[in-house]
Amino acid sequence: MTPIEPGSEGATDSAVGSDLPADVVALIGVRQYEEEAEFPCERGYIWTTCASVENGNPLFWDDEVAAEITGGPIAPPTMISVWLRPHHWAPGREAGTQLPLRVHFDLKARLELPEAIMSEDVLVFHEPVRPGDRLTCCQVLRSVSEEKTTKVGTGRFWVIEVEYRNQKDELVAVDTLTGLGYRRPPQ
Amino acid sequence: MTTSNLTINDVSVDEQLPPLSHDVTATTVVLGALASRDDRPMHHDRDFAQIHNGVRDIFLNTPNQAAWFERYLTDWSGPRGRLGRVTFRMFGPVFPGDTMVLSGVVTETTTDDVGCAWVKVAVELCVDGEAKTRATASLAVPVGPDDNPWNRRGDQWRP
Repeated sequence: MTPIEPGSEGATDSAVGSDLPADVVALIGVRQYEEEAEFPCERGYIWTTCASVENGNPLFWDDEVAAEITGGPIAPPTMISVWLRPHHWAPGREAGTQLPLRVHFDLKARLELPEAIMSEDVLVFHEPVRPGDRLTCCQVLRSVSEEKTTKVGTGRFWVIEVEYRNQKDELVAVDTLTGLGYRRPPQ
Repeated sequence: MTTSNLTINDVSVDEQLPPLSHDVTATTVVLGALASRDDRPMHHDRDFAQIHNGVRDIFLNTPNQAAWFERYLTDWSGPRGRLGRVTFRMFGPVFPGDTMVLSGVVTETTTDDVGCAWVKVAVELCVDGEAKTRATASLAVPVGPDDNPWNRRGDQWRP
């Protein structure tokens, strides 16, 4: 998430703008981009993440503690987005062309808002993710505001919900992101 | 290594969590981006960050900040603490050379309808006293020494 300047109001506005194109209104509430993770949850990334923040929680390092408390190893809940991040490159794919939050980029293009920042992120965790789990996710556009003028430019706030499930179709997490697509003011 | 095993009886509103200070380096930023599979250049390429983002250097990405917040909270709670919900608001980037300080205060303690004890914590990540990220976290903690929030599933878990 790219930081937003303090005081950018409207970031949590859930209204649907009355001036929105009909095809954008029609997307609100629709499940899009249902996809499966390109790789199963694995402990290498768990350890790398814990190392990156010096997280010594024994749940992630001590299998006996994990067995006692969580019924076996789990991933840190905040790692949820890691498991659906596309590979940077794969056979038949140009490097760096896969976008992780496609509804956001679709809106930028459709509404002709060249810049974008994310202003708020709400993560809600359900079933723990375990090594070997293969997650799926889908994206749902929840709202798009009317045009607003903020410190960074004029544009619209939108709310996108990403729902994650495991291979048993159990809900794992819901990530609700508020983005602002905007045009910079003329220099 | 985390050894605390906090229960709801150990927590009171307005309690301050011990602060955590960390000197951010380029390695901090790049390792955090790598760990979260984030290959966007503003998290590893200073020229890109300066030219395209208009900032002085590469900066910490959101998933890695989330990992820092989680570590901060569970250092305090111990391994039975189970994160249910966290809300982030970003106010400014965190760069190599910054000393980031995480601090937190308990704003609410509740027990829900199914008997799960929740602690709400307001957490700030500051650099030179300026808040760069604020988060509100709901952390489930045991109601007593024999309880374990991780055993809750389905209707018994209401984050």
